[in-house]
Amino acid sequence: MSADATRLVYLDHVASSPVDRRVAETICTVIKNNFGNPLNVHTPGQAAQEIIETARQNVAALINADPKEIIFTSCGTESNNFALYGLAQAAVGKGKHIITSQLEHFSILHALKNLEQQGFEVTYLPVDKFGFVSPEQVASAIRNDTILVSLTHASNEIGTIEPIAEIGKKAKEKGVLFHVDAVQCAGIIPVDVKTLGVDALTLASNTFYGPTGVAALYLKKGTRILPYLVGGTQEEGRRAGTHNLAGIAGMGEAAKIAKAEMAGNSEKLIKLRDKLAQGLVQKIPEFFLTGHPTGRLPGHVSGVVKYIEGESMSMLLDMEGIAVSTGSACVSKALKASHVVLAIGVSPEDAHGSLVFSMGKDNTDADVDHVLEKLPPIVERLRQMSPLYKK
Amino acid sequence: MPEPYNKTVMDHFMHPRNMGEMENPDGIGRMGNPQCGDIMEMYIRVKNNVIEDVKFKTFGCGAAIASSSMVTELVKGKTIDEALKITNKQVIESLGGLPAIKHHCSVLGEDALKAAIDDYLKKKTGKGLEGWKPRNDEDEHGHEAGAQKQG
Repeated sequence: MSADATRLVYLDHVASSPVDRRVAETICTVIKNNFGNPLNVHTPGQAAQEIIETARQNVAALINADPKEIIFTSCGTESNNFALYGLAQAAVGKGKHIITSQLEHFSILHALKNLEQQGFEVTYLPVDKFGFVSPEQVASAIRNDTILVSLTHASNEIGTIEPIAEIGKKAKEKGVLFHVDAVQCAGIIPVDVKTLGVDALTLASNTFYGPTGVAALYLKKGTRILPYLVGGTQEEGRRAGTHNLAGIAGMGEAAKIAKAEMAGNSEKLIKLRDKLAQGLVQKIPEFFLTGHPTGRLPGHVSGVVKYIEGESMSMLLDMEGIAVSTGSACVSKALKASHVVLAIGVSPEDAHGSLVFSMGKDNTDADVDHVLEKLPPIVERLRQMSPLYKK
Repeated sequence: MPEPYNKTVMDHFMHPRNMGEMENPDGIGRMGNPQCGDIMEMYIRVKNNVIEDVKFKTFGCGAAIASSSMVTELVKGKTIDEALKITNKQVIESLGGLPAIKHHCSVLGEDALKAAIDDYLKKKTGKGLEGWKPRNDEDEHGHEAGAQKQG
């Protein structure tokens, strides 16, 4: 709906990032030339097998895992569902208690709700005002019947990077499985499964310039999991179903590029992030930032504009060619303010005015200037309409 | 370019009619609550039982702003009795449709208008709108109804 169709300032990389051109090339080449099913011994099947194994090596290398520890899935949601159902059900003999936080994505929360209905018990840990989960709190929540801790590495809504390595240590000390939803981190910041001490980790291709429709679950060697999709022997029987060959090739290529270019991208994005954050605070009265100011994702700025609502803001920004996301009820379809923004102590009325600007490697200084020019008058315009705003 | 709402809704969102406050209105209605993410305030000026002027202010999404704007268009120049016949369905129809999940916004529009009329009648006659109670609760202003319609 952009009025200025010549300009698109895309600031919603947490939702999905544009596919890198090199990745798109790889996908096109594979989809044109390869069609075989890797389960077959004939030549087209074996060619497909080789493509998948190359991609697996690249994805494994991105997170310092062994290729055998990578299971390809269809999306981050599937990986999260698979991890929770599969690990919980495989460990049910030991206990039925799971620990998570109040910051989690719906693909974690809704899967846990289902597990609760099956008799599992879930502890939802609170977070501090920055959105940090405390490793000590995790440790003290672990009971004799605790089987699993599942936490986000960084919430898409507030960007704070959690102390995963410290929590991993606590989980290991107590002999509890640890799953991390690293959809927002893998390919963006260094993620090393060995340093983090995780048993399972979710990563999704479309947050690091790969295609949608493909993701992975890292599963530490020797960890028991029940399959979620059953059928053929794909992924060593852990995830049945014909492979998304071109998608997997694209994810592999995206992983390879991410590993090589991550440091440079981060350095640039942190500068853009800090400029945007400071600019918003300076230019918009009664605006506050959310999440931790520095311990956060490189291109991520989140905050709350008081007295107005997020959907209206994002629609008017879209008219200026700026794409952002919001934590407002009106967008969530649940018609409730974002549980993540509420969890860090923002009031329900303020939570409706939350905005998330998530930048990617192709964003520029000029993009930040464009937002800082276009947003203040939009805020002013909506505030003039708002009965909550009294000058 | 794809848009989240139809042309009429977008037009009312981009160019809301009768937006603003009114000095010394004859009736004020306020509906919704900030926790649900939408609040409407409606102000009416009444002369000889006719709503001569109407203004609104809204905190909410595109559909909430468009619904408020449409209610003010529908009500301007109507008698109190005619105004009371305006329903949320009529608001939706006049807007050319709203996504089911946004139907509660039109309910809020209808209710804000009724609240303003109730306030006007109270001031004038000492008695409010007969048989009408504000539906300020989250579910009662139509969230549930909207959700069911969608399903």
